[in-house]
Amino acid sequence: MSFGEILHRLFTFRGSWQLLQLDFVQQALIAGALLALIAGALGPLVVARQVSFAVHGTSELTFTGAAAALLVSSSLVSVGALVGAVVAALAFGLLGLRERERDSVIGAVLAFGLGLGGLFLWLYPGRSSNQLSLLFGQIVGVSRNDVWLLAGCAAGVLLVLAMVWRPLLFASVDADVARARGVPVRGLSVLFAVLVGVATGLAVPTVGALLVLSLLITPAAAAARVTANPVTALLLATLFAEVAVLGGIVASLAPGAPISGYVTAIGFMIYLTCRALGAARLRRAGRPHPAPAA
Amino acid sequence: MTVTTRTDQASTRIPTPRAASPVVRLRGARLAYGPRVLWDSLDLDVAPGEFLALLGPNGSGKTSLLRVLLGLQPLSAGTVAIHGQPVRRGHRTVGYIPQQRALDPTLTLRGRDLVGLGLDGHRWGFGLPSARRRARVLEVLDAVGARHYANAPVGLLSGGEQQRLRVAQALVGDPDVLLCDEPLLSLDLAYQQVVSGLIDARRRTARTAVLFVTHDINPVLPVVDRVLYLVDGRFRIGTPDEVMNSATLSQLYGTDIGVIKVRGRLLVMGASEEHS
Repeated sequence: MSFGEILHRLFTFRGSWQLLQLDFVQQALIAGALLALIAGALGPLVVARQVSFAVHGTSELTFTGAAAALLVSSSLVSVGALVGAVVAALAFGLLGLRERERDSVIGAVLAFGLGLGGLFLWLYPGRSSNQLSLLFGQIVGVSRNDVWLLAGCAAGVLLVLAMVWRPLLFASVDADVARARGVPVRGLSVLFAVLVGVATGLAVPTVGALLVLSLLITPAAAAARVTANPVTALLLATLFAEVAVLGGIVASLAPGAPISGYVTAIGFMIYLTCRALGAARLRRAGRPHPAPAA
Repeated sequence: MTVTTRTDQASTRIPTPRAASPVVRLRGARLAYGPRVLWDSLDLDVAPGEFLALLGPNGSGKTSLLRVLLGLQPLSAGTVAIHGQPVRRGHRTVGYIPQQRALDPTLTLRGRDLVGLGLDGHRWGFGLPSARRRARVLEVLDAVGARHYANAPVGLLSGGEQQRLRVAQALVGDPDVLLCDEPLLSLDLAYQQVVSGLIDARRRTARTAVLFVTHDINPVLPVVDRVLYLVDGRFRIGTPDEVMNSATLSQLYGTDIGVIKVRGRLLVMGASEEHS
């Protein structure tokens, strides 16, 4: 296949419009938009708290929860994924409170969790590949009920986030002073872990573990390059996540290709653009400082 | 001064505090981690507007004393009160200034956000923008001379610029007590003067009591009223002249310590901790 043919296969919009009329495509778009909304809202705090690795670990450990649920009933796989993600996020949140040992805690828990998941799969008498394929993203398989469940969870996550936003931001960017001012830094850390766990547990069966990072971290990291205003960062991260997800789904329709490549590519392009735009701003970090006026 | 029923122990007696009733009061305070006693039988009154320096080697319990006053660390014995009330977490009249730390250049936080969090960051909710909040934040930024970089990302500011914001962050809540945990550490000389000058101005104009943890008394020597010097479970409270001399420090450290005064600076020699 020539390079031109590859490009033509990857980038075509012939028939996209007809596909957009289909129910399951529209449901996929709504599901993607809801996930991007949650991810965009949580992402800036994930980046500020420097817990990207914990999010990655959480998204992989949805597999363990799903595999355990599969042993009970194949209809419980998505519930298992959600429970697995919340348990993993809590474990990271509680064991990794000390910044210094956070990485190693995640490594240890992640390895154990994945090993356990492998055993659960081996124990499962049937063919596990079909049931678990949803861990790699089945966004076109999203049902109307799934969309409602997502909408409910998204509303819940956003509501909780709005209620704790100020102290959570304080604890995330300035933990010592927040603690001194009476902010329950530890409790908020656990609550944030639960929110990230819920978001991840919902996102993995829908868009796959790969896209969780692309939605939770890439847009927020891009926003942090171009603004220091926490509220602007929140809005930009949400916008970037929406553009990546919706753009990725639409672009993947006509070629019939998996959406992950498109979503990650759009997200990464946004990230690179923001890095370039923010480069001049960050160069100031190394500038010599003028003497203080006494 | 109100009369306490407790008999003051001779070794820990403090000078009679100034006329006004104390903002901070500790009686028979003891802090121990297991068998390790940081300090015991500590009686301390800090008057409004007083500047108290907390000195001593690492691990002597200076920062722990601040944590006790912040309600983050319970006493092993004794009592501690602010305005006559037992301390609790998040006391609104207590301001806190931490030491300067390197911040990530991409941290999404501006100077005005840092100060704003000091005003209402402990409150629940999203916190919609309000003209009054904005005006208060700008007023305090003006007071510390940090207004012109109010919109700059905090991670891109110099240590001294950050510490000015820290002073503003602590003052925005209009505190009666200011707890400072080595706020001058890693600042150059000019900024040490700026920051200690801002804190000194505050206690003179607003009668805020200042408890100031430091390794080195010299940057704040001109403004210090009293010193609490902690060494290995022993301590001494008094004016800088009463505490910062060879006899007192030799007794505290249990070894020969020399203190000399050169051009308004104190040089302490022989202590386990460095003093410039």
